[in-house]
Amino acid sequence: MPAVQETIDQVKAIDVSEYKYGFITDVEMEKPAKGLTEDTVRYISARKNEPAWMLEWRLDAFRRWKTMTEPSWARVHYPEIDFQDIYYYAAPKMNGAPKSLDEVDPAILDAYKKLGIPLREQEILAGVEPQNRVAVDAVFDSVSVVTTFRAELAKAGVIFCSISDALQEHPELVRKYIGTVVPVTDNYYATLNSAVFTDGSFVYIPKGVRCPMELSTYFRINEKNTGQFERTLIIAEEGSYVSYLEGCTAPQRDENQLHAAVVELITMDDAEIKYSTVQNWYPGDANGKGGIYNFVTKRGDCRGKNSKISWTQVETGSAITWKYPSCILRGDGSRGEFYSIAVSNGMQQVDSGTKMIHLGKNTTSRIISKGISAGRSQNTYRGLVSAHRKATNARNFTNCDSLLIGNQCGAHTVPYIESKTSTATFEHEATTSKISEDQLFYCMQRGLSAEDATALIVNGFVKDVLQQLPMEFAVEAQKLISISLEGSVG
Amino acid sequence: MLEIRNLHVKIADEDKVILNGLNLKVAKGEVAAIMGPNGSGKSTLSYVIAGKPDYEVTDGEVLLDGVNILEMAPDERAAAGLFLAFQYPMEIPGVATMTFLKAAMNAQRKQRGEAELTTPDFIKRVNKAADLLGIPKDMLRRPLNVGFSGGEKKRMEILQMTLLEPKMSIMDETDSGLDIDALKIVAEGVNARRDPEHAFLVITHYQRLLDYIKPDTVHVMSRGQIVKTGGAELALELEANGYRDYQSAA
Repeated sequence: MPAVQETIDQVKAIDVSEYKYGFITDVEMEKPAKGLTEDTVRYISARKNEPAWMLEWRLDAFRRWKTMTEPSWARVHYPEIDFQDIYYYAAPKMNGAPKSLDEVDPAILDAYKKLGIPLREQEILAGVEPQNRVAVDAVFDSVSVVTTFRAELAKAGVIFCSISDALQEHPELVRKYIGTVVPVTDNYYATLNSAVFTDGSFVYIPKGVRCPMELSTYFRINEKNTGQFERTLIIAEEGSYVSYLEGCTAPQRDENQLHAAVVELITMDDAEIKYSTVQNWYPGDANGKGGIYNFVTKRGDCRGKNSKISWTQVETGSAITWKYPSCILRGDGSRGEFYSIAVSNGMQQVDSGTKMIHLGKNTTSRIISKGISAGRSQNTYRGLVSAHRKATNARNFTNCDSLLIGNQCGAHTVPYIESKTSTATFEHEATTSKISEDQLFYCMQRGLSAEDATALIVNGFVKDVLQQLPMEFAVEAQKLISISLEGSVG
Repeated sequence: MLEIRNLHVKIADEDKVILNGLNLKVAKGEVAAIMGPNGSGKSTLSYVIAGKPDYEVTDGEVLLDGVNILEMAPDERAAAGLFLAFQYPMEIPGVATMTFLKAAMNAQRKQRGEAELTTPDFIKRVNKAADLLGIPKDMLRRPLNVGFSGGEKKRMEILQMTLLEPKMSIMDETDSGLDIDALKIVAEGVNARRDPEHAFLVITHYQRLLDYIKPDTVHVMSRGQIVKTGGAELALELEANGYRDYQSAA
């Protein structure tokens, strides 16, 4: 109840539709020339002082990428991307890796402060209950600038650091798991990412450990004409648990920028990963100029029996979203969940959904997708639920609801269902509704303004999914949704 | 309290005229009933007073305490003390009734420059009003009107009226779809608010509701106009003779 009120207040406080995080940070950057060649790949790898096998892996990916073509099956339209017109590496200039926050460029710290991301442990510690603390890995363009609470997490045996650091400190773990969920050749963008990924987060939760705090990564694209290619790898050993959240923003720029990330999750027997995303990349202006192309491959592998992976995403940003966080339900009795809210306004295009691949016996999955389209946007849910021959008694429940605001937007639902076992039970429900004039009038008759009424109705629509987010982020997400829909009624 | 002068209304984007020079006065403390055959424009009248956007006022005025409210948005009219109990209350999926009630009450208070209700004060008020109307607590936790029976929805309208404390309430066919017990509860909700400060406009097709809410005046509406005005006895006469005498009056 308080959250709803907060949303309403938030909407009231803002008089025009505005992207809050569009500021640009002025930092001296180090970047190689634009364009992508083997030399670029070698440069990135050398810059990060990577082991030889990592460079070979990247080069192999690069060679394969050159033979591939961009996928065109998604319901999104954009001019051809010139991959030679992008910077593949952009790092704030500093002498070696910063050892403490004091060595980080104050302009960058200021940027995170403006974004409301706490990076100083002392400040976080003051007045916050230990169970509500969040450890943050802050990725600025191509590099991780700081990871908080590393020492404290290490006491519990948890490794939380940038993937660059992981390659230095735990190369054996990275080598064992990287590319095992999303293979190098999985798809065009994943292969590109494998060649040129620059940073991202690495999480390792040892056997039987329940991670003592929420982990989060905050991605910021700042530099012009720069692609962000981050790579995240999370491994939860037997009986462990971790909740992880990522947030993303970018400055308001007229050019489109590419973000092609890969996220791999692995759960062993009885382990659980809860992965939440609040994606708020710059969506472009009302006429569709600028904005981020968010072409992301996220996949979790429930490798162990009775393991669980849960994806929750709140997608409000990006000019184009092409993203299908998926679960491979390999272990018997494993469970995959996908909860999604995708909001599109203006000229945004969203093609998002999930894949639930049932391989093991008695595997279960649940998909709850809420699409909200406003303005002249197009919002597509695309999902695959499949059961392998051996996936006896596999069960899936899918619910896809679309809400339309106004009459110039579109909502599309494209579910694919494949079952090779007769014992599988797949349920699919889908609805499309429109915020009706009658509903708005009813709420307004009771005293709510048009914006408040819309916010209330939309919050009701997405409630099931918001409940899946960690509490503090649920409030944040609720505000974000209302702001994204600013100006969509009236 | 409420005064309507020479009101002409048509459906927006169409030529269909529904109200055709309607005049009506409801005084402070008065309970006025409007009766009329189907299609006489009764519901349209209630919607136009509340500000529904589907209609276009081509002429006339609607005054609430002397102020023309036709230029005001529906939420401004609500904050000014106008309430419409809907014939078909809307369902708002996912929004708990309590959440909705609090948002509405505070929105009106805010617009009037009053302080928001504290949560304990709000809950106290809701519980008191709900008990009075026989509304179980679990209904307040359910999404507003979703899966409610016709009677439950109407009772919820009365609950909202009670909590929002409007000075002018319009009941649009609140009796439709109600059994006698529900009808009595609804009537009690209205009667409980009858005092020299509040006014009601009760729109109904049948005399039945008026057995429980005794009107001070009865207006007969036909073809977009008030064609006859009288006391409570006029309702009984209509019940006996039907609307036949008034069908051609306009």
